[in-house]
Amino acid sequence: MRQTLIAATAIALAFAMQPVVAQDKPAAKPAAKMAAKKMAKPAVVEEKDAATLEFEKFRAKMIEDGNPAELFEAQGEELWKTKRGPNNVSLAETCDLGLGLGVVKGTYVQMPRYFADAGKVMDAERRIVWCMVEKQGFKAADLAKKPFAAETYTPEQTSLVTYVAGLSRDMKFAVPLKDPHVKEVYEIGKEVANHRAGPYDFSCNTCHGVDGKRIRMQQLPNISSKAGATTAVLGWPGYRMTGNRMLTLQWRMGDCFRQQRFPQPGYASDTVTSLLTFMTANANGSTYTGPGIKR
Amino acid sequence: MSSPMKVRAQVKGDYADIKILMSHPMETGQRKDPKTNQPYPAHFIQQFTVEVGGKLVVQSETGTAISTNPVFGFKVKGAKAGDKVVVKWQDNKGESRTDEATVS
Repeated sequence: MRQTLIAATAIALAFAMQPVVAQDKPAAKPAAKMAAKKMAKPAVVEEKDAATLEFEKFRAKMIEDGNPAELFEAQGEELWKTKRGPNNVSLAETCDLGLGLGVVKGTYVQMPRYFADAGKVMDAERRIVWCMVEKQGFKAADLAKKPFAAETYTPEQTSLVTYVAGLSRDMKFAVPLKDPHVKEVYEIGKEVANHRAGPYDFSCNTCHGVDGKRIRMQQLPNISSKAGATTAVLGWPGYRMTGNRMLTLQWRMGDCFRQQRFPQPGYASDTVTSLLTFMTANANGSTYTGPGIKR
Repeated sequence: MSSPMKVRAQVKGDYADIKILMSHPMETGQRKDPKTNQPYPAHFIQQFTVEVGGKLVVQSETGTAISTNPVFGFKVKGAKAGDKVVVKWQDNKGESRTDEATVS
């Protein structure tokens, strides 16, 4: 009796689901079919499913009239060119992002890279923070106190990263992996991604190490593959519509650790840089589309 | 310090398509800080004006129903390439900002 009841419910549910698919616009139909095909063969999941396509359409619509991230680019440009800080110098005069003093264009897609003056491999945000501390005289502790955007506040370094990233739009990722320093950090990043710990015994790779995983509607990119790593680094820094905040990859990495119930990594620390080196270098050769918009 | 807006103006046939992306928190005064339970003070754009080629074409009254970092778009007939677009807003705290662009 109970079994028939369950079966009946299942059938009813199946019927209830159908109109939802039918309501989809004609353009979305092949995608829905694709998703159905995928369910039958879970091994091949590189194709985009209906949900991802809908998200992409939504993003394209949102950016049509201008991505709010552009506002932060403009703000970052002002900050980059203005003399500020205790030393009263501008970053444009003093900061080398890897392609020469004051050069911004094309630097974002070539970071993380090794900076001899700092003796470290750094990602874009870390490098900017380093310049703000070493050149402009800001206190590192102050910058690390509230490093990410909150309800009513966007840190200066976030705007600066957005500006720098915006000037690498439509360029190809080219993290200099031939540099032994970068290669070393890349290998560390691979280890960090693979390191299982915490109360859940999770590692980054638990979710992001194989193709075709998802959490609810969200496809989880496999950061070891070129396609997955590209998905992961594209659209960052991003304007998140939830809360109207501009957020950077530094924040995103911290959030991943939070979701794994790990302790928070230090702001602009070696751990975060190594992970970013691993991910960005895996995306080498893909085209960066500029600061993005997130749900 | 208020931050710059993005103003785009493009001629399309016999009209110019103007899009303005403003940078403003547009705080309604209803939202509360979860830690202190105190509302964030209201802070929103009350009015803005748009001039194209020295002629006033838009004058607005805006309130708290407008989103953070709002976008405004409209079409202006008779605007020519090279016309100057001047956008100016004023908020309830008395702050204001003016930005310019050229119709292309």
